[in-house]
Amino acid sequence: MSKYTEDDLREELKTQEYEYGFYTYLDAETFPKGLNEDVIRAISAKKEEPEWMTEWRLDAFRKWEAMEEPEWANVTYEKPNFQEISYYSAPKKADPNKSLDDVDPELLEMYRKLGISVDEQKKLQNVAVDIVVDSVSVATTFKKTLNEKGIIFCPISEAIKEHPELVKKYMGSVVPKTDNFYAALNSAVFTDGSFCYIPKGVTCPMELSTYFRINEGGTGQFERTLVVADEGSFVSYLEGCTAPSRDENQLHAAVVELVAMDDAEIKYSTVQNWFPGDKNGKGGVFNFVTKRAVCETNAKVSWTQVETGSAVTWKYPSCILKGDNSTGEFYSIAVTNNYQQADTGTKMIHLGKNTKSTIISKGISAGHSHNSYRGLVKVNSKAENARNFSQCDSLLMGDLCGAHTFPYIEVKNKSAQIEHEATTSKIGEDQLFYCNQRGIDTEKAIALIVNGFSKDVLNKLPMEFAVEAQKLLEISLEGSVG
Amino acid sequence: MSLQDKLAAAFKGDSKNATVENYKKEAFEAFSQKGFPTTKDEEWKYTSLRSVLKNEYGIESAKATNITQDSITPFLVAGLDSYKLVFVDGVFQASLSDSIEEVSVKLLSEAIEDASYQEIFKNKYNTLAKGFTSLTDLNTAFTTEGVVIQVAKSKAVSKPIELIYLASGETSAMLLQPRNLITVGENAEVKFIERHQSVANVATFNNVVTEVFVAKNGIFDLYKIQNDKDDASLVDATFVAQERDTVASVYTFSFGGNITRNNLSFYQNGPGCDSILNGVTILEGSQLVDSHTLVAHKSPDCQSNETYKGVYGGKSTGVFNGKVIVDQAAQRINAYQQNDSVLISDDATINSKPQLEIFADDVKCSHGCTIGQLDKSALFYMQQRGIPAKEAEALLMFAFCSDAIKDVKIPALKIKINQMVADKLKVNIQFDEIAE
Repeated sequence: MSKYTEDDLREELKTQEYEYGFYTYLDAETFPKGLNEDVIRAISAKKEEPEWMTEWRLDAFRKWEAMEEPEWANVTYEKPNFQEISYYSAPKKADPNKSLDDVDPELLEMYRKLGISVDEQKKLQNVAVDIVVDSVSVATTFKKTLNEKGIIFCPISEAIKEHPELVKKYMGSVVPKTDNFYAALNSAVFTDGSFCYIPKGVTCPMELSTYFRINEGGTGQFERTLVVADEGSFVSYLEGCTAPSRDENQLHAAVVELVAMDDAEIKYSTVQNWFPGDKNGKGGVFNFVTKRAVCETNAKVSWTQVETGSAVTWKYPSCILKGDNSTGEFYSIAVTNNYQQADTGTKMIHLGKNTKSTIISKGISAGHSHNSYRGLVKVNSKAENARNFSQCDSLLMGDLCGAHTFPYIEVKNKSAQIEHEATTSKIGEDQLFYCNQRGIDTEKAIALIVNGFSKDVLNKLPMEFAVEAQKLLEISLEGSVG
Repeated sequence: MSLQDKLAAAFKGDSKNATVENYKKEAFEAFSQKGFPTTKDEEWKYTSLRSVLKNEYGIESAKATNITQDSITPFLVAGLDSYKLVFVDGVFQASLSDSIEEVSVKLLSEAIEDASYQEIFKNKYNTLAKGFTSLTDLNTAFTTEGVVIQVAKSKAVSKPIELIYLASGETSAMLLQPRNLITVGENAEVKFIERHQSVANVATFNNVVTEVFVAKNGIFDLYKIQNDKDDASLVDATFVAQERDTVASVYTFSFGGNITRNNLSFYQNGPGCDSILNGVTILEGSQLVDSHTLVAHKSPDCQSNETYKGVYGGKSTGVFNGKVIVDQAAQRINAYQQNDSVLISDDATINSKPQLEIFADDVKCSHGCTIGQLDKSALFYMQQRGIPAKEAEALLMFAFCSDAIKDVKIPALKIKINQMVADKLKVNIQFDEIAE
């Protein structure tokens, strides 16, 4: 990859609003709008799912109907009308079973625009990709290499058919159907997503990656990801998201479940760049996601996220530290600009002995946006020697935005050691002056300072993602400093 | 009959003051709709009032029994020359109280009827408390007594004012709802010590509301001492509205009681304000102390400083919810908040929620929250030098709490607090001598 300099960035900034805002015309098959049991049966039938799966969905749907949409988050938005959404949309020509050569050339062109090449380039970068457009997984690369190791990496619809015993055992085990309003909705209508199983003692030789894209208008995306790392295994998983620019609000309600068995380690990185709405806050994706991991003895789960997109973000990747000596980590950068709203953070539930958790959250607010950190650190009475360190820093750019922190700390064990600190500040005039003095213009200086502010988190990202994330940060903050 | 029904039946809502009558009716309406808070309310998530509400309260206020000077002495600050205002079961005790000439003191029941107080009821009374929680509304609807204290412009009150509220009921559980209104004039300075104490052999529930208005350049200090019996509960709501260049501090020392809920709210309405909120909580048994603080930064160039320390033993529960809101207009403010807790028993719980909501960019806001243990190497060091383990622990805990005590401006009170800390930690150490 050629070196990406800050001058390139500036050139880009001049022309860009939302880089991924294109719409690819794909001949798509879309269900009529609305949601009822028939729609769910139809989705299930479309996916050729076994009976148990249909029942599972219907059960979730019935429970969802009795639930109320939560209102506690520090965000305001017009509630989606669930009957106005189409719950299934699939590019017609794409067929996951065919080889790459058969993939719709328009799709390939779209990936090129996204910066994902499903071909050689990724081979060099050693990343296996599963791509979900609208609701359907369209391409999974590198199956063979992974198969040799016994790793299963496939669309979840395929996993339901081919590995029902694994899916049955783990799906809903971390995030139950009735966990919350949007998880229940997802359980009822999810159309695809990725499934990954790493066998005992296997270190996954490459980064696994899923790319999500909402393409059609009037649709929602409900994908479901399930990663199971068996004893002593390791996997690094990447997730990226984009959507076209539209005037309407689109709903994205995903569920991610991670299971880390004894001594296993999962590293889950997300670069979320759903369409954030235009400068006046029109349109954009509602991103209401439930992500949770269970850590058994000596297991480790690390969530890293870069949140630059979405009109409204509402997500809390969590770790249940069930086994002794397990570790949970959460590294997050959330950037909001214009009229974006983000209410994001994590939950660390310490149940086992000697469990450790680290939370580093960096929030950057600009324009009229609001950025909230909401986190929970809970130490149960049996969790001896639990250790937590949390740090939440906010950076404010401009005086119309807001930065908020809502940390909940609940401790029931006297041997726990909990530290939490939060700061809020703006970019100091002295810092800018210092840079200006040395010939760095203000825009570059800000990029430099933001980069330094986010460094703790950026460092945790896999290499390719870190570059993308840095670019995203700068694009997101374009024009926010006068 | 539930307490809420009982209250509804007892509600009269008439007052000789039209403004107050209006407030009473409004507040009762609001309370009837909301009822008592439950753990489903976000603000009451960790504090259940069930153990308080289950008691059979006598609604009509009892007549004060024979309380003598001797029975109140233990609750006063020894060796402190102060003005004392004593209430027993909601009734003012002139014989036990001092007359104060430096400031204007009027009982709430009298002030309501006094024409010269019309202005203050119109402009100040209930302006801060209105609708804050259903319990403040309950107080507004039912309160019968309290004090209205006005400190005149440029008056530095020579002695601290001690407000003592005793409960002495013998037959049925008591619900007491005192209401205070304090105004501090321009350039004036005043210190208060407030204590609610039960000497009753029945359960008591104090639902207190205090509104304080500090005018330009005023200095206001309030020290709350809470060390009540295990069947006494307290829900306190104190509001402090600050005009420009004022300094207001509230210290809360919570050492006991069944359920103690402190709602402490500061509103910085002018530039150059300084707000200080300090608290020390030392608990044992099944006590619960819930400190809910709010600092609303509404003006530029202000400061706030908050330090809360807690030591929790037995099956006690500590709750800390510190909210700092910085409005867009409040540029160049400096807000600091620190909450440290030590759990010393297996069954103790701490729930802490330091919360920042910031809408201005040129600010310095930070909060810190720690939960941990005493430093083992420090304990070992002291034991090596012949200090018994228990005392070594007490010394460390005293040091831990001293950040929130050291700035107490009344020396006699400081000695008293240090003594109470030593008692709580069950050691016989004169902390003052060490501290000096």
